[in-house]
Amino acid sequence: MSTPTSPLHGPSRHESAHGHVSGAARYVDDLPAPGGLLFGLPVGSPVARGRLRAVGCEAALAVPGVHAVLLARDVPGHNRIGAIVHDEPLLAEDELYAVGQLVALIVGESVAVCRAAAKVLVLAVDEAPAILSIADAIAADSYLGSPHVMRRGDVAAALARAALQLEGELASGGQDHFYLETQAALAIPGEDGALEIHSSTQHPTEVQVATAEILGCDRNRIVVQVPRMGGGFGGKESQATHFAALAALAALRLRRPVKVWLSRELDMQMTGKRHPFWSRWRAGFDAHGRLTAFEVFTYADGGWSVDLSPAILDRALFHLSNAYYIPNLRFEGRAVRTNTASNTAFRGFGGPQGMLVIEDAMTRAAERLGIDPAELRRRNYYGAEALQGDDTPATPGAIEVDAPLPEGELDERVLASLRDRALTPYYQSVEDCRLPRIHRELLAQADYAARRAEIEAFNARSPLVKRGLGFMPVKFGISFTNAVLNQAGALVLIYTDGSVQLNHGGTEMGQGLHSKMLAICAHELGVPERQIRVMTTATDKVPNTSATAASSGSDLNGAAVQLACAELRERLRPLAAELLGVAAPEQVGFVDGQVGVAGGPSISFAELTRTAWARRISLSAAGYYATPGIVYDREAGRGKPFHYFAYGAALTEVEVSGLTGEHRVLRVDILHDVGRSLLPNIDRGQIEGGYIQGLGWLTCEELVWDPRGHLLTHGPSTYKIPAVGDAPEDFRVTLLSSAPQVNVIHGSKAVGEPPLMLAISVIAALRHAIAGFGEVGVAPRLAIPCTPEAILRAIEEVCAPARATLVSAAE
Amino acid sequence: MPQTLRFHLNDRLIEDRSVRPTTTLLAYLRENLHLTGTKEGCAEGDCGACTVVLLDADAPGGPSYRAINACLVLLPMVQGRRVYTVEGLRDAAGGYHPVQEAVVRELGSQCGYCTPGVVMALFEACYRKDLREPWQLDDQMCGNLCRCTGYRPIRDAARAVAATCPEDQFSRTLREAGSDSMAFARTEQTRSYATPASFAELWAVLAARPQSRLICGGTDLALTLTRRYQDLPELVSLEGLPELRGVAQVAGGWRIGATTTLADLEAACLAEMVAYVPLLRMLRYFASRQIKNRATIGGNLCNASPIGDLAPVLLGLGARAELRSAAGVREVALDEFFLAYRQTALQPGEILAAVRVPDIPANARAAAYKVSKRRELDISTVGAGFYVELDDSGRVSLVRLAYGGMAATPARARHLEAALLGKPWSIAQVEAALPALAHDFQPIDDLRGSAWYRGLVAANLVRGFVRETELVALPNLSQRPSGTVHLEVLP
Repeated sequence: MSTPTSPLHGPSRHESAHGHVSGAARYVDDLPAPGGLLFGLPVGSPVARGRLRAVGCEAALAVPGVHAVLLARDVPGHNRIGAIVHDEPLLAEDELYAVGQLVALIVGESVAVCRAAAKVLVLAVDEAPAILSIADAIAADSYLGSPHVMRRGDVAAALARAALQLEGELASGGQDHFYLETQAALAIPGEDGALEIHSSTQHPTEVQVATAEILGCDRNRIVVQVPRMGGGFGGKESQATHFAALAALAALRLRRPVKVWLSRELDMQMTGKRHPFWSRWRAGFDAHGRLTAFEVFTYADGGWSVDLSPAILDRALFHLSNAYYIPNLRFEGRAVRTNTASNTAFRGFGGPQGMLVIEDAMTRAAERLGIDPAELRRRNYYGAEALQGDDTPATPGAIEVDAPLPEGELDERVLASLRDRALTPYYQSVEDCRLPRIHRELLAQADYAARRAEIEAFNARSPLVKRGLGFMPVKFGISFTNAVLNQAGALVLIYTDGSVQLNHGGTEMGQGLHSKMLAICAHELGVPERQIRVMTTATDKVPNTSATAASSGSDLNGAAVQLACAELRERLRPLAAELLGVAAPEQVGFVDGQVGVAGGPSISFAELTRTAWARRISLSAAGYYATPGIVYDREAGRGKPFHYFAYGAALTEVEVSGLTGEHRVLRVDILHDVGRSLLPNIDRGQIEGGYIQGLGWLTCEELVWDPRGHLLTHGPSTYKIPAVGDAPEDFRVTLLSSAPQVNVIHGSKAVGEPPLMLAISVIAALRHAIAGFGEVGVAPRLAIPCTPEAILRAIEEVCAPARATLVSAAE
Repeated sequence: MPQTLRFHLNDRLIEDRSVRPTTTLLAYLRENLHLTGTKEGCAEGDCGACTVVLLDADAPGGPSYRAINACLVLLPMVQGRRVYTVEGLRDAAGGYHPVQEAVVRELGSQCGYCTPGVVMALFEACYRKDLREPWQLDDQMCGNLCRCTGYRPIRDAARAVAATCPEDQFSRTLREAGSDSMAFARTEQTRSYATPASFAELWAVLAARPQSRLICGGTDLALTLTRRYQDLPELVSLEGLPELRGVAQVAGGWRIGATTTLADLEAACLAEMVAYVPLLRMLRYFASRQIKNRATIGGNLCNASPIGDLAPVLLGLGARAELRSAAGVREVALDEFFLAYRQTALQPGEILAAVRVPDIPANARAAAYKVSKRRELDISTVGAGFYVELDDSGRVSLVRLAYGGMAATPARARHLEAALLGKPWSIAQVEAALPALAHDFQPIDDLRGSAWYRGLVAANLVRGFVRETELVALPNLSQRPSGTVHLEVLP
């Protein structure tokens, strides 16, 4: 027996990397065409609001090669779809709610044929006035779902006695997912009404369920497979379902395989995006910069249907406090209904939009109080430690809530958490706030104090170019906040040559989930990774799965894989002991494809499995995991929605041109907490990629609609995600050392979403640089996204008095 | 002329007598040849997922691999040439190419969908011999959008492989490459596509098919097919005429052939054309490497878009257009070439043969600027090409201030020019003259910027120009500019 080696916690590569670089990795649109394949082209509503009077199909059907034009009347089951409530017709019936809302599916022998037919399909429509902004929706009382409220103490009283009162409004924009692979699905009809669906989806079970409902059949008729996705980011959590269901509908009607694939333009027009938010807030701070009261009304633009909006709104509220303890608070959130594509999950899921609000308050408080913005944030972190380390008076152990606590809240945990400044607005206790440590380590390794001084010196001598430094801590709650979703399954099959098939309920969209599952499986079974094959995700292997979302893929599926593998290993261990002549089975180790005793005899894993088969021992096992202890009462705004929190912090340095408003990110330092990383370089990729995606949302990615609700930015020529030159040349990412997380697979932490919010540091950095153009103490007003135009506008405002002549010259 | 399409794909000869010539290379790869490694991410040359490599045997520096967007390449554009896709990089023994291994090693792929394109852009970089400046690596890779990695690993992979020119089958192929004729013609009823190999053939086909659209790189015209789903029934390509390609020094300046690619032009600027610093500065932020490998200077001018990036620079430099037809050659100042929105002075049967750019004298100051939402691979919100000559007393004796994105055509700011003429070239005088700019343009609001922004930036670019040229006559590329004007630290 050799020294135990495990792929866990060590260097790794993406499990499909060689397939990626050679073109061998297949995506839905790359699958070999089954005989008789037809293509489906969805046709969307031409108006943002209106009535569909009639659809004239004759000319479209007359185009050679067109087989069908499917409408709502062709749906045999329920023409209703939706992730939380079934409020969307799959194909429009009469009312039209958004440009691009699905109206028809043209099925033909090629995409070109379908496009020719689409040009002559007649949609008779009465256009009606549309609601195209959050402000319009509020004015029209156009809401989705009920408000969500969290409250504690007495905000008005606390504000009245605050040393500094601030108020503000903040709007953040949408963001297209811009996964490189657009939505795609291939449906192949089988016997007895069965369907095999290959879908680029984060949620194969939802595709299965929705398709069964659309078709009016049992779920066992439908098998959904996900080879891999060319990116998801939330955009294929609920919204891949529609296109898969359309392919299935057409395949069943025409008894031919049908593929639905969206061009970039259609994808951007038809699918939802990150929710734009609009918030207004009031905050009270004491003289030392400690937040004493925070009141927020926030509105999320849900688009035309519910989709995942309530859950996204919830997560925004959960993250309105970000990393900070707030004694007195009132948060109220609502989702509004507008006539745009139905907005949906996007990495962060409302969290980034929520955090932006309190970070705005923090940045402005630091500007007003003249306290270093990182230090001001540090003083507000959850936990008693935030009271230490500076000279400012504060009373440890005091309950700073400005109203008597109601009877029901006087339990010991709540009181202790209040004394420790550790109680979130939703009454979950923050038990292990790692931010004070992260803060210390990051600021030291990034040389924060010296660099701030350097920047001030640079700005003093550079009139037309200024620099800025922005700091951002992140605390992100990990779990589906809908408790029932926190479950996962795995199915591990061992063959008698010792090779293994690994099935689990998660989907691979690039995040490295399969790589991590492979490493866990290899670790548990003690076989080399090359002996294990990660299988295509399929609903007939692991049923009733949750979406691969909420950063939870590794936590949930990893635990299920571990349990399945452990069961198989323990089933084999007594046999191994017997074969090896070892009295104590617990001494038998499984290492590198060998089973044996350290320094003693061993047999190969293959031989063990062969013998197990001969002894009639089962070589397959299912694993099942459910996260314990998750509960949340939305009506009360109280509970424990998260299993734990992921932490991180970032420092971003920018340079801004005062002539054009262009900027460049010069350097980024990140220290991020992934617990004991399962695969450190995979996690680093998530951190770097998440940061740049957040940077795109906040700077260059701008969605523009015309006044009638048509998206104008529907391709990469007009919608600009970051390119290589937008990434900082100096990009330093460190994982927090010696920080295992209890009760999570191998001490790791989720990493998919939290790093995106580190990019919010760019806002503080830009404000710092912009402020450098003006008189001391003039606070910039900076719109999001911070395009060159938005930045130049902010610069012009801060130096309006001095540069009035320049503005008038230009106008 | 040959009617059969014939080219090498991954060193295998492909011959096709029936495919429609307006089929894109991308569609042909995926649908006809079932090579699905090459992906469609946008069908508009803006994401790079479809990047393949073309062996350009006639490149000015000798045979070169060129990364191109297969979504914008029509099949006759590869006639007689060699094309490589991501499936063609492994060696005979199945070993991965060094660029593939670099991407694997650096974890340069996550979802993998952009990866084939990234690999092919790196493949070009691997065999480039003209990669000297650090900025050229970002320039090489800016045409490949990646939504997953944040680019750090892709940059690391690029650093590892760029200009390594391994001695392998691909290096041997480059050495042995000979120029092949691109001649091709196919006519089917109302449709035709011709790549004439001589001027005589060109004039004949233009006379026979006067409705034909001229095409060369096709990076703009192909969008008609791929994004607007309209037809291009009659096309005549100028790519088969070597006389139209290349940069040459002529008396008093330079002659740039109309089908010179922007990559050729960039290489020429880097190699020798000191006077062309303003062009180089624009080319750094002009589209992507893939587009520059196909797009031509002639195409950029003849589509007469108000936001074509070269037009303001060439207007500023005082360039002239050399027009050629069966009847002969004539020259017009570029000022007179742009007539109206997407209209030029070209007559039926006439082509733009070359652009003549005068040398920049020592008393001149010149620069080019481009402002866009994203620094790389974006369409200008405002583009500018500025040029002034100063007399012995430091007064402006000649001035050309040309803009893109401010009007229906690329245009000069005549009022502002008049206000500056004869004045000392100084910040104060520029400030005094700038109100005149309001009489030159009434810019519009659109998705790239508001009229307010365009107006202010148009003025601020002149402010930046006068400051930059206080330091240096021909401001060159800065390593890491925070904006189009390079004023990182002023004295």
